[in-house]
Amino acid sequence: MPFNRRDFLKTSAAATALVIADPKCALAAGRPPARWSETEADELMAAALSAARSAGASYADVRIGRYRRQSIGTRERQITGVSDSESYGMGVRTIVNGAWGFAATSQMTTDGVVKVARDAARLSRAAGTVQKRKIELAPTPVVNGNWQTPVKRDPLDVPIEDKVALLFAANDAALKVPGIRFVNSGLQLLREIKMYANSEGTQTTQTFIRVGPSFTATAIGNGGFQQYGEELAPRGQGWEYVESLNMPGNAAKWASLAVEKLGARSVEPGRYDLIITPENLWLTIHESIGHPTELDRALGYEANFAGTSFIAPPEAQIGKLKYGKPLMNIQGDRTQEGSLARCAWDDEGVAADSWLLIDKGIFRDYQTTREQAGTIKALTGVSKSHGCSFADSWDSVQFQRMPNVSLMPGEQNISMNDIIAATDRGIVIKNRGSWSIDHQRYNFQFSGQAYYEVRGGKITGMLKDVAYQSTTPVFWNSMDMIGGKDSYWLGGSFGDGKGQPAQSNSVSHGCPPARFRQVNVVNTGREA
Amino acid sequence: MRSEPKSLFDGALDDEFLTRDQARALADRVLAFAKADETRVNISTGWAGNTRFAGNEITTSGGTTDTSITVTSTIGRRRASSETNILDDASLRRTVEFAESLARLSPENPELVPELGAQDYAAVSSYFESTAGLDPEKRAVAAKAAIDAAEAAGRSAGSIFVAGFLQANAGANAVATSRGLFAYHRTSSANLGITARTPDGTGSGWSSAGARDWGVVDAAALGRTAAQKAAASRNPKAIEPGLYTVVLEPAAVSDIIGGLFFTFNARANDEGRGTFSKPGGGTKLGEKIADERVTIYSDPADPQLLAQPFAQDGTPVRRVTFIENGILKEFSYDRFWAQKQGKTPTGAGGGFGGGGGGGGGGFGGGGGQKIVGGTKSVDELIASTKRGILVTHFFYIRPLDQRTVMLTGLTRDGTFLIENGKITQALKNFRWNESPLFLLNKIDEIGKAEPVGAGQVMPSIKARDFNFSSLSDAV
Repeated sequence: MPFNRRDFLKTSAAATALVIADPKCALAAGRPPARWSETEADELMAAALSAARSAGASYADVRIGRYRRQSIGTRERQITGVSDSESYGMGVRTIVNGAWGFAATSQMTTDGVVKVARDAARLSRAAGTVQKRKIELAPTPVVNGNWQTPVKRDPLDVPIEDKVALLFAANDAALKVPGIRFVNSGLQLLREIKMYANSEGTQTTQTFIRVGPSFTATAIGNGGFQQYGEELAPRGQGWEYVESLNMPGNAAKWASLAVEKLGARSVEPGRYDLIITPENLWLTIHESIGHPTELDRALGYEANFAGTSFIAPPEAQIGKLKYGKPLMNIQGDRTQEGSLARCAWDDEGVAADSWLLIDKGIFRDYQTTREQAGTIKALTGVSKSHGCSFADSWDSVQFQRMPNVSLMPGEQNISMNDIIAATDRGIVIKNRGSWSIDHQRYNFQFSGQAYYEVRGGKITGMLKDVAYQSTTPVFWNSMDMIGGKDSYWLGGSFGDGKGQPAQSNSVSHGCPPARFRQVNVVNTGREA
Repeated sequence: MRSEPKSLFDGALDDEFLTRDQARALADRVLAFAKADETRVNISTGWAGNTRFAGNEITTSGGTTDTSITVTSTIGRRRASSETNILDDASLRRTVEFAESLARLSPENPELVPELGAQDYAAVSSYFESTAGLDPEKRAVAAKAAIDAAEAAGRSAGSIFVAGFLQANAGANAVATSRGLFAYHRTSSANLGITARTPDGTGSGWSSAGARDWGVVDAAALGRTAAQKAAASRNPKAIEPGLYTVVLEPAAVSDIIGGLFFTFNARANDEGRGTFSKPGGGTKLGEKIADERVTIYSDPADPQLLAQPFAQDGTPVRRVTFIENGILKEFSYDRFWAQKQGKTPTGAGGGFGGGGGGGGGGFGGGGGQKIVGGTKSVDELIASTKRGILVTHFFYIRPLDQRTVMLTGLTRDGTFLIENGKITQALKNFRWNESPLFLLNKIDEIGKAEPVGAGQVMPSIKARDFNFSSLSDAV
């Protein structure tokens, strides 16, 4: 958008954050903002950049973050917790003698940010004593701009009593279902204002809004209990998305699945054709494609925690690894409407990108930052960063984080019912259950919330205690049927952990339903 | 160096955290703005420093200071919270008023219990200058010591790849209420973990230590152990998944037993949806649920745990013995459920204890986790094993069935075959499906207990029939 930052701050929702707090405005709906001005923020960023340069930094960037998080939890007809938090501070990252340093403070005064810039340079110097190579950043255009998540209604402006009323209405509807004893529902809401500037001249301001609803019902009967959690995808959208889920209208339907599970038959372990709904498959994509295509993992940077990647070394994999059949196309993306990873620029000022990680079944590219792009440009022909550098807070250093990683729908207009009708002996897996995958992203085991037996092209009953276990390349090469664009659905995770200290990243994954041939199914319901 | 924080009110906080007096003054400022029936202020203040390395060099490092307050307001039976890290008067007043407006709009909570007045707490000293003074230069020296030791110890396998993470926290948590309670606890913790990988990509080893006192952590020794494991784990052999005797090192025990602490919640069990609920009503309290050598407890004052002695609401955290000689002895109770059931609240869910501030430490709650150990070393457990599998640690553990605490996970960074009392072969990693409850009923021997992290003491365990369900190619 060709409007400048000053105009944005005056006209956007963020502008409400620029007035001096007036206690009389203390409405529960809109928490009155702390005293803060654009000029003050600009001056603090300039002071920090200047101090970093004076301390010897050849490159520096600064981020001011203002985070507002609200969560509401309920059970049955009670509130289990209402909390609302704000966090404000600045992080400064420096390169001195080719080494990174990072320091952060909530002391938002000139003295505070100058000190933190010097601290960052000191950390760079200390790191330089145990460093072999010099950091080199891929070039990126200087930008100056503003962006915010498009919403009709900011969820943090919705009165708290309306939110509670919505959750209670859903709980009430669920509790009317015979057999339902407990219900939990909740909302997780975020507004993040992020100002970024670097020593190359880039300066951006972005406002991110995210919502995450949840619903779980517990049925007791038949000498035991069963839970069912509906897959209510978190999104980078406004309150209108929460309303569109119609939780009160759908709660009884969801709760009845928990009751139905009480009577479900325990699965016979063995090999089955799996028909995986998008509400389950998004997480399998996240774990078995999203994480192994992170370049920092492939290079060993995450070896001590999240692990490495089976897609390594890059020179042996790019353009060579057959991840799946030609119907498999996987896109990395930060532009999709409503997705959690959508942005205009990353935390290095790199513009949002969209690119193929896997093209017709062949692995083509990784997720990259400015520091990483150069290491594989000879293999990919891509010299720029894909814009995957993010930090989860002002006090966290930015590093490579996952964009939306999605399975593109097939060209034919195949529906879920078409896949079921084409399957002789299989199991339908619905929603996210338990998930676990090894540190190189080979061996995984996932479960769901509801399972249906398929015989002769028809659903014949409900199963329980199902988990599917496979190895990433074997699993994806067994995918032989995928839904068309009408069956595509966008799931996601509000909090994906990675890094040390651990950081949380919000990311979406879209996909159609898909069929996987002869996958190993285990029974998880062994009794004590 | 960090023992005498500067005054909050003298200007910039520098890299320090609030003293007891400063925390009390801040709490008083907040409480002075309060108009609710009851108000609670929680303060988290601290510093965190970290150094991360990979490819035998430092990759990122950072330092953070932060102080945040959470105001919890109660009006009648309505309660809500609001948090900020902006500490000028206008912001504090705004945060209090917002918590009060949220509380007013919240429905009545029939389970609300009043805020606490002054309490007595166990004296716990868990702050160490050795940890608080772990500045960027000292962390770089420690990282280099670990890398150098790993390179030397792993030389037989070629140029070993070393990655790791060193983190130190120093800070304090405080709680104050309008009923006169004030509690302050300062604490520190440090942790260093090292992963070594062999250049041929077939071997990986790991070693880690954590403590309140950095002085007890030997960086070079950790580097050596990780590299030795990496070299020894090269060219792993695949063996058929199935039921095997295992020797779990203390870190592995910590990984798998950690999930058990969530099952001791009294309410879930009393309500029929807990692991220890009996069909038809009642719980298994007082019944034998594990091998008679198993005793598990949480106690903030235990010299090896040193956890924060109060919970977020100011409840004293007391010693809770969950399992004693194999008998299910006690559950953890929050104040509401304790009152309803005529019990004393525990203030402990079995958590790790506060890790200090630094913007992320916050309230750990709980009094730490301890499993009472035996006398034998890991080597002695290996020596007494005819055929079994040695596990260094586990990864990506997730629950499969709440009723049985059935979990799934994988082995990682050093899995070895034991034959006739000796390690004979590196093994490919396994996925396993097993319950810590089953494990505690299949024990052959319990080895020596040792700290595996701040607020956590675990023994090695030798157990029968551990269920390895499939192979993993991951190294």
